[in-house]
Amino acid sequence: MSELPPDLAIDISLTVNGEPVSERVEARKTLVDFLRDDLALTGSHVGCEHGVCGACTVRVNGEIVRGCLMLAVQCDGVTVETIEGLSDSGAVADLQAAFEQRNALQCGYCTPGMIATAQDLLSRGSVPSREEIREHISGNYCRCTGYQAIVDAVEAVAQQRAGAHK
Amino acid sequence: MKPAPFAYRKVRTLDEAVALLGEHADAKLLAGGQSLIATLNMRLSAPSLLIDINGIGGLDGVAVKDGKIEIGALTRHAQAERSDLIAKHAPLIARAMPHIGHAAIRNRGTLGGSIAFADPAAELPACLLALDGEVDAIGPKGKRTIKADDFFKGLFETALGQQEVLTAIRLPAATGATRVGFTELARRHGDYAMVGLAATASANGKGLADVRLAYFGVGATPVRAKKSEAALAGGDIEAAVAALDVDPTDDIQASGATKKHLAGVLLRRVGKQLMEARA
Repeated sequence: MSELPPDLAIDISLTVNGEPVSERVEARKTLVDFLRDDLALTGSHVGCEHGVCGACTVRVNGEIVRGCLMLAVQCDGVTVETIEGLSDSGAVADLQAAFEQRNALQCGYCTPGMIATAQDLLSRGSVPSREEIREHISGNYCRCTGYQAIVDAVEAVAQQRAGAHK
Repeated sequence: MKPAPFAYRKVRTLDEAVALLGEHADAKLLAGGQSLIATLNMRLSAPSLLIDINGIGGLDGVAVKDGKIEIGALTRHAQAERSDLIAKHAPLIARAMPHIGHAAIRNRGTLGGSIAFADPAAELPACLLALDGEVDAIGPKGKRTIKADDFFKGLFETALGQQEVLTAIRLPAATGATRVGFTELARRHGDYAMVGLAATASANGKGLADVRLAYFGVGATPVRAKKSEAALAGGDIEAAVAALDVDPTDDIQASGATKKHLAGVLLRRVGKQLMEARA
């Protein structure tokens, strides 16, 4: 990496799952490849690499993004949360349990992106309709489940969380 | 796939961006990156330099003045989706916004980027055309304004010069008489449309005036259906469908004949939207 001409590799500092990270990255490296290859955070998956499948969904400064459509060099100074961070914090424990109970996953490839996207919708507070759930996860492909169980799981957690706040 | 190697420069001013574009003929501007990075990953594009304009201040935001609504080029789709000013003064943009990509893409993608990229199946170029809007650009010779009717030149080709940067979009602010319509057909919500239609008009008694119908996904650029516009102004939706002067070509999603049929289906839906009073 040290032999690359200037501008082709750049130093970045960011926060990933609460921990400060400083690395030199190739300009062409996508965020998801950086997370997986440089930081060994392999929970974010690489699917289509052109923004269609949603397997690489992570949070940047609190908003979900496609990890394959952002470059690591763009992440200097940002805060990134991956499924590892969401999982360790317990923030998505109820979603994870509901996915398991309702068979909302089979191979699991889409699941980290699906959970991050569902959490984004549920963090808005109100209980979404099934139609709204489907629309929000429309950018996340699942090739195993046919989505029905995923919508069931997200809906159940939305209702649980709303009940818990009453 | 992974992108071919490129250099990366983050600029802080428009002057810097324009100068770098002058020094590197094959450089690309990086705004939201939601189309650009996909094309880099697929190696459909291999620029020697990416010029990241996300750090330029003052290029995002929405303002209303002199009967126009101005939207900064770096305004993100999600920002526009939540904007009260856009909901009130640019209801067509507000209506189109949920159809653009998916939530994660709207968090990054920019309005200026979408228009400058000029994907023929994208929503915003057609909205700009339907609204009779204009864009501001800056280049080595200074600033200029380009009307939507003169902006879209061909497949992914616009009136922007190689060294020009799109800085803002300006649209006529909606009035009480403004009517808008928008719909599209896509295989999956958020995907590029097979065919889509953005439309504006003014209420004129019980009829319509100044009808502008801008189709997307039917040709190399967003295209107006001018004969149907005239027929719709007469208040006859079926006549407008019969007069439909778009000529879609076959593509990966559907045959030209299917698309033409779908264009008529959309025109009936949008015609009804235009006729309805604004809520």
